[in-house]
Amino acid sequence: MLLKKHHIVEKNVFLLVLGIFLTIIIGGIVEIVPLFTMEQTIEKVEGVRPYSPLEQAGRNIYLREGCYNCHSQQIRPFRDEVERYGHYSLAAESMYDHPFQWGSKRTGPDLARVGGKYSNDWHVAHLVDPRAVVPESIMPGYPFLAEHELKFDDAQAHLETLKMVGVPYTDEQLENAKADLYLQAMADEDYDDFLARYPNAATGDFDGNPEKLTEMDALIAYLQVLGRMVDFTSYNPQLNLR
Amino acid sequence: MSQGSMAQTAPTPVAVSYNMDVVRWGALATIFWGVVGFLAGDLIAWQLAFPALNFDIEYLNFGRLRPLHTSAVIFAFGGNALIATSFYVVQRTCRASLYGGKALPAFVFWGYQLFIVMAALGYVLGITQGREYAEPEWFVDIWLTVVWVAYLAIFVGTLLKRQEPHIYVANWFYLAFIVTIAMLHLGNNLAIPVSFMGAKSYSMFSGVQDALTQWWYGHNAVGFFLTAGFLGMMYYFIPKRAERPVYSYRLSIIHFWALIFLYIWAGPHHLHYTALPDWAQTLGMTFSIMLWMPSWGGMINGLMTLSGAWDKLRTDPVLRFMVAAVGFYGMSTFEGPVMSIKAVNGLSHYTDWTIGHVHSGALGWVAFVTFGAIYFLIPVLWHRERLYSMRLVSHHFWLATIGIVLYITSMWVSGIMQGLMWRAYDDLGFLQYSFIETVEAMHPYYIIRATGGLLFLLGSLIMVWNVYKTIKGDLRREAPIGTPATVAAE
Repeated sequence: MLLKKHHIVEKNVFLLVLGIFLTIIIGGIVEIVPLFTMEQTIEKVEGVRPYSPLEQAGRNIYLREGCYNCHSQQIRPFRDEVERYGHYSLAAESMYDHPFQWGSKRTGPDLARVGGKYSNDWHVAHLVDPRAVVPESIMPGYPFLAEHELKFDDAQAHLETLKMVGVPYTDEQLENAKADLYLQAMADEDYDDFLARYPNAATGDFDGNPEKLTEMDALIAYLQVLGRMVDFTSYNPQLNLR
Repeated sequence: MSQGSMAQTAPTPVAVSYNMDVVRWGALATIFWGVVGFLAGDLIAWQLAFPALNFDIEYLNFGRLRPLHTSAVIFAFGGNALIATSFYVVQRTCRASLYGGKALPAFVFWGYQLFIVMAALGYVLGITQGREYAEPEWFVDIWLTVVWVAYLAIFVGTLLKRQEPHIYVANWFYLAFIVTIAMLHLGNNLAIPVSFMGAKSYSMFSGVQDALTQWWYGHNAVGFFLTAGFLGMMYYFIPKRAERPVYSYRLSIIHFWALIFLYIWAGPHHLHYTALPDWAQTLGMTFSIMLWMPSWGGMINGLMTLSGAWDKLRTDPVLRFMVAAVGFYGMSTFEGPVMSIKAVNGLSHYTDWTIGHVHSGALGWVAFVTFGAIYFLIPVLWHRERLYSMRLVSHHFWLATIGIVLYITSMWVSGIMQGLMWRAYDDLGFLQYSFIETVEAMHPYYIIRATGGLLFLLGSLIMVWNVYKTIKGDLRREAPIGTPATVAAE
């Protein structure tokens, strides 16, 4: 019996290490590799685009402040969740998310479709002092975001790095990264070229302070695009049965 | 047979000079980081009850301190406990000194402390990959890789130097922990930095693939860092303290291979009902349920080791810590498979139930078995007759136990209540509660939880005092535990 032969690995370090390695590698290979090779892993939908440079900068602030510790971005296909938050989340909607931010805890509500639900002014007031707009809230305040100027000299480098890991930014998007970032947060500009590159992006002065481009501008630009890329009126789930 | 005749008939043992310096440092670092981690945890628990405690200061808000707490307890407290005990156990069970002389183990110890400090500073300053339990950025990850390779080299090198024919079972578990963490760390942290002068990087994977890679890592940080490594501790320190052999050799073989094979598959249960394809979710659930068996096999092997020595629980609070740890291990490894069932997970996921589950494992299992090992090791490492006070150990045990009970019961109530409130409908078919009403309902439970955490923290401070006095060489005059207090007074 196998148990009687176990003394062989017990007396040989290399056999033991090899045995351990072979035992632990199988599960990961079987579960992870097919996700890269099976075409139906990510649904075919219209509208999902790479983040604009300002949205991406806002996303990085979302990570930096650890928002994922309390907010999920993943709506499950339950009646109550769909009624509370909107259409259940698709894999396609986070295909350009490096890293994913699905989260694991809802100390606060899900944010997968928070885009467009509240005005920019509401977001500013809420982020500066959550209890000013939601008295029972237990969220920390983020007044410093409105004071910190956004550093964006390396906007193009960020997009280039993202392109290296698979986000399909065009050369035009890369070249205009810094200018696009600045333009998106300015009020009353000509956004036509920008919107051609990033359809449906929210534009304008997000933080209510036209004097400077702040981290608050970036974070709100990101929040306002969440869940708004796919047009669900024309989405057919039957085509994407997995 | 008398001691004297034994010594004459046994072959002359080869004198081995063990390297215990690094074990001593590791024991102290374990205690230090434990207190830091518990303190951070209790602070953020109070922040959830009273948000004014965030002070609206960027360096102190919950989002930055929560990774500090999780990393401090998992990697700093748990990691130092694993490094210290593995270096102790591998030397004693192999009758060989650590491979790499004085320098390499010292490099691993101090290199690991540098990793902790770099990671912790990063969180406070906002340098993070934004993936749970894998927050350190690329340059910290590279440093940890260097340290970990040296750790593996020392461990394997020491096993190769052994004077015993067999590699003891505790070492299988330590070895599996070291090898698997290396694989997970490399696999989950594949990222490209924006510039080599900057901290920021972007993960190679995105969305659904990134999610499963992360939880393949995340669940096995639990499975191998917080389980396999600490089972190594169980297999050495419980038999040693109870002075009984491990209950079943065959069970430990089955326990070992089944546990490390099954654990790796369980990650997808963190992603039930998400955009992860159903086949992967079902696979994750199936293996999570199967995992119950080796987990309880291990628990039985640990508990039954006390056969014939159960009475020691009454008089030895150190052994009580270890055995209670195995009890909590059994409880949380039963709760885990239950929560991985999709129907249950639909309710429990995203709620405090998960937080309670994690803490019954982290406080009840990981911390308790570590406390037991620390109380065992301190007198041995500093050549003291015994601990300063066994009664203080007993006080620590009860404070910590009551703290855990408050913690997990309050989280069960708040988690299940919140899950039910989210899905409650009124008579007219509308959602009954707004989200903020569910937040409001959590408030009393957050206070109970933070109070439980405070008791656990106080218990650990008693340990600090006891360890300090023991190292100093003091012995408290007290009646042995198990005798009535009145006897002591006479």
